[in-house]
Amino acid sequence: MKVPVRKQPSWFQVLLILPGVAALVVTFLFPLLWLARTSIQPTTGHTLSLHAYARLFEDSFYWWVIGRTIFIGLLCVVITVPMAFPVALFLARSQSRWRGTLTALAIAPLLTSTVIRTYGWMVILGRHGLINTTLVWAGILAQPTRLDNGPFATVVALVEILLPYGIISILSHLSRLDTELEQAASLLGARRLQVFWRVLLPLSVPGLMTASLLVFVLAISSLVTPQLMGGGRVFVLATEIFNQTTIALDWPFAGALSITLLGFFGIFVALYQRILQRVESQS
Amino acid sequence: MKHGRTVRMAWHLLIGLIYLFLLAPLIIVLIVSFDTRPYLSFPPASFSLISYARVLHNPLFLQAGKTSLLIGGCSAGLSLIVGTSAAFALVRGHFPGRKSLQWFFLSPMLMPHIVLAVGLMMTLQPLGLLDTLAGLILAHISITLPYTTRIVSSGIAQLDRTLEEAARIHGASPWQSFCRVILPALRPHLITGFLIAFLFSFDEAVIALFIAGHRAVTLPLAIYQYIQFRTDPQVASLSVLVVLLSLVPIIIIERLINLRRAVGG
Repeated sequence: MKVPVRKQPSWFQVLLILPGVAALVVTFLFPLLWLARTSIQPTTGHTLSLHAYARLFEDSFYWWVIGRTIFIGLLCVVITVPMAFPVALFLARSQSRWRGTLTALAIAPLLTSTVIRTYGWMVILGRHGLINTTLVWAGILAQPTRLDNGPFATVVALVEILLPYGIISILSHLSRLDTELEQAASLLGARRLQVFWRVLLPLSVPGLMTASLLVFVLAISSLVTPQLMGGGRVFVLATEIFNQTTIALDWPFAGALSITLLGFFGIFVALYQRILQRVESQS
Repeated sequence: MKHGRTVRMAWHLLIGLIYLFLLAPLIIVLIVSFDTRPYLSFPPASFSLISYARVLHNPLFLQAGKTSLLIGGCSAGLSLIVGTSAAFALVRGHFPGRKSLQWFFLSPMLMPHIVLAVGLMMTLQPLGLLDTLAGLILAHISITLPYTTRIVSSGIAQLDRTLEEAARIHGASPWQSFCRVILPALRPHLITGFLIAFLFSFDEAVIALFIAGHRAVTLPLAIYQYIQFRTDPQVASLSVLVVLLSLVPIIIIERLINLRRAVGG
């Protein structure tokens, strides 16, 4: 016997969803609109103006900053994704009873503070840190050098911080894949390396792309690591936004920089979706 | 088959090295936290718990700890209540625009925190909420709400509706069936939602950097401000304590519904 569960009246559903919508409007949607509004606020008068954007795009320094931001983002992708892929592959195919623990161990750092992990890299790369001490002890360096300041240190720390995101997005793609194709290839006599190049890698492309997008987007919007490890020498959009809001107090300009960052973010997401569509229509 | 074994070992070695790289900063911070020298260096000259004692007597760090726990608890609690209520409508509702609303509830996940931080700063400033606990709680609701909504939604989608029907047939009111049947069945998802929201708030630094820092200082902010100028073992000990504190919710989540599903893999 099937007793129909009475459909709840729709006003009740509106009542249920209303607090959530209100919370998102107040803490998310409105701040973003207000940010856009501030970026076109004139310094004098009442008519809206684009002078903050004009200043941004006329100044070659900011073009350099934008280029630098994208370069660091791409560098992070190129290093992080090839490191995340083997780990994800291992976790997806492992029969070990430690698999669950190892998966948790790869993801758990994502839930620990970025500030603390950046601090850890300051200790490792610092003047009296692990790397310098080892190199001097081994006689490779006569004097400790500064490794903890600048683009190199920033990229190393960012790669480590973003690695769990890369692993998790590749892993979730791999665990959705059928293992039948790989098994078929091995049964037909393909060597393991051949299975990898001809079957596994092409099938993993969408997962690798999602990981690349995620790592790129998180890298170009990261602030704490370039600020702490850049030693004042790494200029990216995020650090410029921070300086404009807290030191220069030029809010319209900070707003314009933020909207610009969001614009690049949007361009890359759109690009990713186009490429993914093409990849999926081919296979 | 000797060749196969070498390849296998090389493969495991590679995986091991990547794990080492991933965990290196946390391991190093743990080692340095036992040092006694006032400056940062590796390896430690001696092993003692003195810097832990110093952290626990540092009023600045203790205050930041209290602030972080309070903000994490409040924003996670509010986010869970609002998110659970919305999740019921989003999963079970029949109204136009349900799909777009589902997207809207997930959208803060895709927003770069730095952009949101600037927007929140500009919004909270005229309201006088900059550098206040209320401001931080509001800000953290926006970044945690997508997670609580999504985790509880997946729990609701898995609910066995025949149980509710059975409760109703046996004369339970809708409210009774909600309290006695639905809520207990959702318990793992509710706890996970709360803990994930707590962790995101507890570890969040970028938004806090923009909207707080003088009167309202959270733990990540306190560590950030400290290591800008000094890097002695005290901050390493504090970091270890913070990581240990995060580890408890992480382990509970892993036991309840598994960490990977909770963060969205």
